[in-house]
Amino acid sequence: MAFSVPKPLHLVPHNTKIQFVPFFKACLSLSSILAVVTVVLLATVGLNFGIDFRGGLALTVQSNSGPADIAKLRSQVDALGFGESQIQEFGSPDKVLVRISPEDSQGGSAPLHGEELRSKVQGKVAQAIGENYKVVDGQFIGSTVSRELLISAIWALALTCLGIFIYIWFRFEWQFALGAIVALVHDILLTVGLFSALQLDFDLSIVAALLTILGYSINDTVVIYDRIRENLRKFKKMQLADLLNLSLNETLSRTVMTVVSTMLALVALLIFGGPVIMGLAFAILFGVLIGTYSSMFIATPFLIMIGVKRDWSGNEPIGKKTKAKASV
Amino acid sequence: MLYFNPWKTIAIILVSLASLLFAAPNLFHKEQLANLPGWMQLRMGLGLDLQGGAYFLLELDTEDLRKSWIEALADDARQNLRDEKVLFTSPSVVGNEVRVKIKREDQVEKAFARLKKLARPNFDLFSGSPDVEVVRDGKVIKLMPTETALNTRVTNAMGTAVEIFRNRIDPSGTREILIQRQGENRILLQVPGVSDKEAQEIWEQKINKPAVLTFQLVDQSMSVQEAQAGSPPPGSAIYKGADNSDEEGQYLLLQKRVIVSGADLVDAQQAFSQDSTRPVVSFRFNTSGAQRFAKVTRDNVNKPFAIVLDGEVISAPVIQEAILSGTGQISGRYTVESANNLAVLLRSGALPAKPKLVARQTVGATIGADAIKSGKQATLWAFFLVALFMVIGYGLFGAFSIVALIVNVAIIMATMSLLHGTLTLPGIAGIALTMGVAVDANVLIFERMREEMRSGKSNVLALEAGFSRAYATIIDSHLTGLLGGVILMWLGSGPIRGFAITLSIGIVASLFTAITLTRLIIATWLRWSRPNVIPL
Repeated sequence: MAFSVPKPLHLVPHNTKIQFVPFFKACLSLSSILAVVTVVLLATVGLNFGIDFRGGLALTVQSNSGPADIAKLRSQVDALGFGESQIQEFGSPDKVLVRISPEDSQGGSAPLHGEELRSKVQGKVAQAIGENYKVVDGQFIGSTVSRELLISAIWALALTCLGIFIYIWFRFEWQFALGAIVALVHDILLTVGLFSALQLDFDLSIVAALLTILGYSINDTVVIYDRIRENLRKFKKMQLADLLNLSLNETLSRTVMTVVSTMLALVALLIFGGPVIMGLAFAILFGVLIGTYSSMFIATPFLIMIGVKRDWSGNEPIGKKTKAKASV
Repeated sequence: MLYFNPWKTIAIILVSLASLLFAAPNLFHKEQLANLPGWMQLRMGLGLDLQGGAYFLLELDTEDLRKSWIEALADDARQNLRDEKVLFTSPSVVGNEVRVKIKREDQVEKAFARLKKLARPNFDLFSGSPDVEVVRDGKVIKLMPTETALNTRVTNAMGTAVEIFRNRIDPSGTREILIQRQGENRILLQVPGVSDKEAQEIWEQKINKPAVLTFQLVDQSMSVQEAQAGSPPPGSAIYKGADNSDEEGQYLLLQKRVIVSGADLVDAQQAFSQDSTRPVVSFRFNTSGAQRFAKVTRDNVNKPFAIVLDGEVISAPVIQEAILSGTGQISGRYTVESANNLAVLLRSGALPAKPKLVARQTVGATIGADAIKSGKQATLWAFFLVALFMVIGYGLFGAFSIVALIVNVAIIMATMSLLHGTLTLPGIAGIALTMGVAVDANVLIFERMREEMRSGKSNVLALEAGFSRAYATIIDSHLTGLLGGVILMWLGSGPIRGFAITLSIGIVASLFTAITLTRLIIATWLRWSRPNVIPL
């Protein structure tokens, strides 16, 4: 059996010696600044919560001729600037439920109740969707995300981080565990910060995106840490900065391959996925970039900052945790 | 060496084929599968966001709640005054209060003191004010529930009702139903993926059932015919036999006094009768219920008693001997399914008030049919681009990893189908992350192989070392992800849980596909083609 497969493409030459170390300080400072900016943004501007969180208006729209064209209605309603709408079939194909979350005139994010707002918004929507459709009913609706759900979600995330911390501590050292969590928090924070800065709709699918980013980021960090641990055992006398640089170079080819394949998938979602999936794809795309960046330029230099144990004699790291404080 | 013993090879191939087989039904329409055997029809459900379902808007009858509370209050007053040996005229319910007239002037003080004890602190966070106002007006004592206490009761009843509906409709917790309180006394309930007929069944059998269960003795002082002709003895009433029970079409004269009620049940399960042919419902009482039941059955051996559900007799067995164990069975003309339904109903308890149906609709996917369509198209593009890139990057080995990736997704879909899981948009995000992690595992292996080849190892040794050395990294990254997934699955709810479930299944599957399956494919290829150069 003969194969005539063309030689695979090597995106990264095998003996790269890029100097990453000079960037470490700048990246740590830049990320700290961005993290502070995010906190300030969240405290002042806040997030532009979508209808899942704020509730809003539910309009029942009836088509006068045949089944309703949901995609067209969506683009017409979204163009009104009331944020992203949710449109679903309701009872029969010619009837749809349009849910929007209009903001009040002060630009605050509290949903406005009141007959005046309802009739105003309803009028605008009726105008936008044209004569083929008729708004037959309009009602205020509550949020689908209850307070309890949100609080339980935050608890679940916090405990997940704790679990990951303990696992990495067990498999590596506490410095690695701390570095991974710092990178993790960094990624989530900056993604949320981007949504605040651009005032993009923050809805339930973005929560799913944040979870995905969390998973991707931890995977990426663990892979690089794994190589660092291996090199710490192999090169006992090498300067820590040089050792980290070597590890990043050795894993660079893998990093590039994984990032590019993930990005290709996400770009496809962004281009072909339509308006509803776009928010999700955009958040994950940004998160993957920031997750890769944080593994290389936050989690790795963090090890220099807090100083990692250099005595890796013996192959099993387990059981040596007690010596962790005696680091160089 | 990249050696697999034949049994292991067969096992790996079988697992892969089985998952492809069990995942396959998800690619077809329900109608297309109708003629296949049952196990081939198992599919994962789609959540409300992806396919819509039935929408119910319910209203709890607060007037019903108020009435039953006041009636219970009147009963309590009667019992207490009797215990106190006070002479009184029977308590009457007037509007929102209970009035009782004490016959003798000198007993009014004693009666008032006793009735005052009926007021309990309102279960409100802030005020501990009594829930019932007790007022004296000459020889008449009035008991008036306060408005705040009633509101607290409505709020509590709403919480209870939400829990009961959840337990009744989604006892296994995998259906991703949505229940929201709306306003003071409304509940919005959405069940994904049910037809109009199924929605009607849900309304009839799961929602519109108070599920009040009582055990009562049969009154044998006169026959039912005599009672129907004249009037039943005081303290007794005529009950109808429930449809589909052994008492269907019968009428029974029962004592109104309740021996034990559904509130004393701790468990109810579908089981089989002793000759193991007929499905029955077995139940267990709590300690106090078991004691009361034991006492009554001891005193009434060879007499019949009745099990009454929502005012209709579902079973009327004769007491053979004292029942001391606190367990029992309800038999009737049940199928396994209807017995199971009854068990779920009894387990989740009685509704605090009657639900009224305000609206019922069939609704489409919340993210919209247009988004589903473009989403499917985009997913195919994403998969195609990743596959293309892997082949460009790693040649033949890249193609192998795509086979492993397809099996990975098949395992997730097959597991979800077999567990009757429900797929939502966050669930799809979980699958997407899994695919990323699985591709990364193969990238790690292939990059290691290249490193080992550069260090001068022979072909086979380099491949072997690539696997074994990437192994540690993959285990660490996968276990970290799995740990996160399991914690989220355990603590999270709603969308977070949907994400965590597919992620956890996917990561376990990836340990199998990205390592074992890829390894088997590469080993087999090595043996068959014996290449001089590894195309990596």
